[in-house]
Formats: sequence, C-alpha cells, structure tokens
Amino acid sequence: MEARIGIRNTKSVIFKGIIVFFAFLITLPLIIILLYIIKQGAGQVNWHFLTNVPAPVGEAGGGISNALLGSFIMVLIASVIAIPVGMMAGIYLSENPKTKLAYYSGLCVDILQGVPSIVVGIVVYFWIVKPLGTFSALSGSVALSIMMLPIVIRSTEQTLRLLPASLKEAALSLGVPYHRVILKVIVPCGFAGILSGIMLSIARIIGETAPLLFTAFGNPYLSTSVTKPMESLPHLIFTYATSPYDDWHNLAWGASFILLMFVLVLNIITKLLTRKWKVQL
Amino acid sequence: MFVKENPKFVENKRLKLSNSQLKWETIFRRILIAMSVLLVLIILGVLATLILESLPSIKSLGIGFLWGKVWDPVSNVYGAYPFLVGTLLTSFIALIISVPFSYAIAIYLGEYNPKGWLSDLLKNAIELIAAVPSIIYGFWGLFVLVPIVRTFEMKIGVAPYGIGVFSSSLILAVMIIPYAASLGITLIRMVPSPLKEGAYALGATRFEVIRSVIMPYTRSGLFAGVLLSLGRALGETMAVTMLIGNTSAVANTIKDAIFGPGNTMASVIANEFTEADHTQYLSALIELGLVLFFVTVIINLIGKRIITRFTNE
Amino acid sequence: MESTIVKAENYNSYFGDNHVVKDVNISINKNEVIAVMGPSGCGKTTFLRGINRMHELIPNATSKGKILLDGENVYDMNAIYVRSKIGMVFQRPNPFPNLSIYENVVAGYLLNGLKISKADKDVIVEKSLTSAALWKEVKDSLHKKGTFLSGGQQQRLCIARAIAMQPELILFDEPTSALDPISTSSVEALFHELKTNYTLIIVTHNMQQAARVSDRTAFFYMGELVEFDDTKKMFTNPADQRTQNYITGRFS
Repeated sequence: MEARIGIRNTKSVIFKGIIVFFAFLITLPLIIILLYIIKQGAGQVNWHFLTNVPAPVGEAGGGISNALLGSFIMVLIASVIAIPVGMMAGIYLSENPKTKLAYYSGLCVDILQGVPSIVVGIVVYFWIVKPLGTFSALSGSVALSIMMLPIVIRSTEQTLRLLPASLKEAALSLGVPYHRVILKVIVPCGFAGILSGIMLSIARIIGETAPLLFTAFGNPYLSTSVTKPMESLPHLIFTYATSPYDDWHNLAWGASFILLMFVLVLNIITKLLTRKWKVQL
Repeated sequence: MFVKENPKFVENKRLKLSNSQLKWETIFRRILIAMSVLLVLIILGVLATLILESLPSIKSLGIGFLWGKVWDPVSNVYGAYPFLVGTLLTSFIALIISVPFSYAIAIYLGEYNPKGWLSDLLKNAIELIAAVPSIIYGFWGLFVLVPIVRTFEMKIGVAPYGIGVFSSSLILAVMIIPYAASLGITLIRMVPSPLKEGAYALGATRFEVIRSVIMPYTRSGLFAGVLLSLGRALGETMAVTMLIGNTSAVANTIKDAIFGPGNTMASVIANEFTEADHTQYLSALIELGLVLFFVTVIINLIGKRIITRFTNE
Repeated sequence: MESTIVKAENYNSYFGDNHVVKDVNISINKNEVIAVMGPSGCGKTTFLRGINRMHELIPNATSKGKILLDGENVYDMNAIYVRSKIGMVFQRPNPFPNLSIYENVVAGYLLNGLKISKADKDVIVEKSLTSAALWKEVKDSLHKKGTFLSGGQQQRLCIARAIAMQPELILFDEPTSALDPISTSSVEALFHELKTNYTLIIVTHNMQQAARVSDRTAFFYMGELVEFDDTKKMFTNPADQRTQNYITGRFS
C-alpha cells in the first residue's frame, strides 16, 4: 500500500515538473525574438532614420519617415471611423441585449473577429480601390477600421454591462433624457474599460500588414494625401525584409524595433489602466 | 424656492427643454440601432463581394476547383488543392506542436500557480506573444529560423530549402499558443473547488486530481480553445507568406510536402493578387478567399458557441 | 380638492401580460407623508414608479389609467419633464461616482446642460444639503468625490440631489432597507423635517417604519390597494382582514 502511494506521488511530482518545463519553455522563443529585434533594430534608430524617406537601392542611409507618418495617419483615420461606430454598437448591445438585432449584430461581431485580415483587404479593394481607380490611404484606413471594430465593440459592451443599473436609474429619475444619461453618466463611468479596449485595438492594427497590401499599397515618398497610396510601418517591413538588399534589411530591422516598441508601450499602458481602475476586459 | 427667477418662468424653460430633449432621445436611439445594423451590413457586404467577384471562377470551374491539383495562371488552369493541402498542413502541424504548450500553460497558471508575481509574469509573457505583430514573426523567422531549419534539414537528409511548410508551421505554432492557453487558464480556474476537494479527500495526488477531475470537466472548453487557435492559424497571412516558399505545385511525397516549399490559401492571395491581370485569375483568387472566409468563420463560431454553452451551464 | 397633489384614477400596471397593479384609486394631499406597505411582490414599488413614469423604462412594461399631478395627467405630459418635477430616492444609495459631492447635488441641472450661475448653484447646494441634514458634515469637502461617505450620508446626498430639483413631491423606494440602524434613524428624522416643504410617498418593507413616520398608510396586497387610512387607525383598528393579517405578521 505504501509503495503504491509512493509511486503515485512520484508520478505527480514528475507531472508537475513536465508541466512547469513546458510552460516556461515557451518564454524562450519570445525572449529570443524580442532580443534579436532589439539588437538588430535599436542601433538603426537615430534622428536621420526617423526623418528621412528610404534611400534608393545602392545608397546607404535613408529612413522610415514615410512609413511612420503613413501609419500615424491611417491609424488616426481608422480610429476616427471605428471608435464612434464601435462605441455606439457596443452601447446598443449592452443596453438592449435581448432584441433580435442584438443577437444578429452580436453574431456579426463574432464573425468579424474571425475574418482573416487578408479577406478584409480583398473586400475593401473592391469597395474603394477599384471605384477610385487608385490605391489609397483612405482604403487602408477603412480596412483597418473594420478590423478595429470587434475589439472596440466587445470591450465597450462588456464594460458597460458591469455598471450597476442604479446609475442609470438615478439619472433618469432626475429628468435626464436617455442620450444624456448614456453619454454623460454611463460612458464616463465606464471610461477606463472603453479606453483600454480602444488602445488594444490600436495596438492590434498598427502591426497589421495584410489588409494594407492591396489598399494603401505603399509609397516610397512622404505623403499626406488620403487618396494616394501610403506607406506604413508593417508594409515597409514586409517589402524591405523580402528584398535582396542589405541596406533595406537594415531599414526593416529599425522599423521592426520601432513597431515593437509602440506595441509594447500601448499594451503596458492598457495593463496599467485596467489595473488602476480594476476593469475586466 | 431657491433661485431668484420667477418659478413659472423656470417651469416653462424646463418644459421647453424637455420637449427638445425628447426629440434627441429618439434620434440617439435610432443612431444606436443604425450602428448595430451597420455591423450586419458589413458582414453581408463582405460575403456578397466575395461571392460576386468569384462568380466567374465558380461558373467556369465548378466544384472541381476544390480538388484541382494544378494552379497555372499562365495557362489559365486553376485548382485549389495545393493551397488546401498547404493550409491544412501548416495549421495542423502548428496545432500539434502548440497544443501541449498551451495545455501546460493553462494547467500551470490555472491550477498550480494561479496567483503571485511569477504567475503574473508568465501570464504577461503569453499576452506579449499574442501582441507581437505577425510581420515581425515573419521577419525574424526568415532571417533566424530559416537558416536553423536549413541546417536541421541537412542533418536529417532532406532537401535543405530552409523555407517551406515546416518553418511556417514552427513560427505559426509559437504565434497561436496564447489563444488556447488564455481560454484554458480561465476554464481551469472555473472548476469548482468542491469537486477537487472531494477527490483530494479521497487521497488523490495532484496529478490524479488534474487528470480525473479537472481535465474531464474542462474538456469541451479546452477543445473550443484549440478551435480558436486553429481559426487563428488558418487566417494567418504574413508570417506564413514570408516563410513558406510560395510554390503552387503539389508535392510528391509527404517528406517533400512538409519540408519543401508550398503555399496556403492566404499566402497565394497575398502574393498573386496584385499580379492577377485577367478576370479568370483574379476571380480564382477571390474564390480561394471565399473558401478561406467560410472555413475560418465556421471554426471560430463553433469554438465560440462551445464556450458560451460552457460558461452558461 | 385644492390640496390634492397626486391622484391615481383606475391605475393599472403590467409587465407584459402580467397584471401587477390592479385598479388603484388613491388621493394624496400636499405636505403629507404617505407610507406604502405590503408583502414582497404586492406591486407597491411598481405603483410608485408609475407616478414618475420610471415604470415604462422597463421593456414590455405598460400601464393604463390616470395619475394626476396637480390636476394634470402625467401620462399626457412629457415624460422627461414629469421626472424632473418629481424627486426619487432609491433603495441603494446611488450618487454618481464620477462627480464630486457639489456636482452630485446639482446633477439634475448639470446633466441636462441647464445653465445656472455659480452663485445660484452655490445657493442650491447649500440649501439642499441643509434640508438633507448633510451640510455640516460635507461643507468642507464639497469638491471631493463622495466615496468616503457612509451609507447613510450617501443616501442623504441622494435626497439632497432630489431636493435640488425643487420638486413638490418626493418618492422613496425602500430608502433605508440597505442602511444600518443609525443611518436609518437619521433618514427617518429627515422625513419629519421635509414634510413642511414637500409631499413624501415612502414605500417601505418595514411596518414599524411606516407606523413611525407617516400620516396616512396605504396597504397593497397582490396588486390591489386594500386599505388607505390614517396611520394610527390602520395599525390599531384596520378595516380589512387582510390588513389585520399583515400587521399581525401572518405573512410578510
């Protein structure tokens, strides 16, 4: 009897060892990748790198200013589109959970979350690029905004659902109309959660390449025109990483470093926000 | 009573305000509804566009498209089989590699060590893996992983491409670990204590409690997590495109299929979309997009349904 | 009658097909304190919420009949306007967590975008908090958020918030059931002072409270208004057997 227990205990200990090993093993590739990007890319970043466009093949130097500006502009436009639409839809879903529209709309949010980003790119190509006759920053922004929507909607919906009903009641009983109750009481009270959702969605889309492949396309020059092609950080990385030129590879490493830093900072800020206001996303 | 103004005047101001507010209330409610309807319209629009643009291809190639083995745009012959194989191979190899890791993380953070600084650290690391953009995985994979795989292939006596299905599967495996893992953590933490305590009280070891109580209880939920990881793998484009070699021919042997170059539905679209210069070509690519859309959406929805059923019980 | 402030005529409330309040007829005079009591599920809260048109905000909630406020049927009036004219205090104190104490008191104006001068606002805040017996305790922390207030203080803040809108009628939905005994008695003492300027209708689960604070009491049972009379008479010599059973504790 005792020997049996001994064997069983040993098995349990071995199992835990295996689990711990596998669980922590996974941090290895993460650390390796992060360190490699930092090593290859951090050295590329200087003022010249940030303020100049890529140099032609054969010339050393150059930078990623067109991609930086492009990513900034497109993320901005995408946010301007997706934040109001996403928040309104999220408010509707949290306020009217039992309607038929809420069911189908919620289903569509789930579907949208699973749609591959390249499919979004294809569709926006036919919606905007073809009619306009040119690749454009606008089409890229629209594609990105579609990808932002599910995250903004779900986080708005979940944050508002956690608020106590008494908040709404107190405001309504004072003779405050419904839209003011939502906009001046409910949304401000859920601000931290909604903001976290927005930041997460931005962190997601600044790294997205596939939807931009046939929408914003790419541009070797600095551009602010919404109706012309525009470069972006991830697209630049793709183009230059897969090119045969070392100079361009270096640019891509620098860009990867910057992109990684942006994503990291956004995620850290979100974590701090959710911890400070004890929000659940 | 308080303010100096004539109370009747205040009353009338208030009434006028309330009347205009009623109007805005209705407008606001309508906007909320409109935004939710917009969502449905977007999905319908995506579906409609995909179907419309792949119609030429569907009409001329029919269902045989799905098992056509040749993809040759120059001769206008299109078959999806190579890409179905590529997609399934990369996704399933990635799953097989990643699932043990996902489960280990879920069991460790859900059962052995749910709280504390080490647990938070690991949890953050997992979330970080999911946050890194796929283009960066692809870039790193191309320059670091591929040479390693090439050396490995030489050692085991296979053609040393470096790039190919195998490398893509490896990088994909790392990328999809967080999806099954996060879900698993939540589910395992949800196992009711009385269930576990009952087993411990009977003298079970930790391992036995995990094996006989926790695992059966969370089985369907963990399966849903695997489905979510699979959904993610199927739709991944950039990292795969950079590592898979972009060959549209069907491999002859299994060894070649795994260690040689290939293509997935997503990667062939990414590579050839802008080169598609005639309708047939473009339409065939869109049809691939349509298939990809259906497959990923269905897998994701099944996964989500299982989760909602599980959490509502 | 000139001094009637609220009158219900054949008033009925429904949740979908569920007939929750049945044919209520009641007349309430100015500056009265009315207690509304009855067992759980008897419709007293639903009736109360019908007066300031909060009931209809619940999906599938409807009503029939009239409720007259100063002679006008509230169901013919603008609902938002009605709610701004009638104050309501809820079971759980619910001050707005994102507003300071000062802002909470004038929330009815702030949230509606009604422009009042700072001087007027200051007057309103001081007068309302004084009427709610809270002024001395918070006058030095008006611009802090009210999270440090006790349950009783938070509830008095909610009362001040309702008073600030200058209603004639204030409705209370079990206002002390979430409070400890000391806070409860401070709120009950308030009822007595408030009645000089306002009419109060208080739904309560607590018979003793009804007996302590009200002039007249209404007893609801299974959706019907069974009896409505002077409080003293109601509790010593009720006319209806059901009332008798309730106050002797046959059911609660």
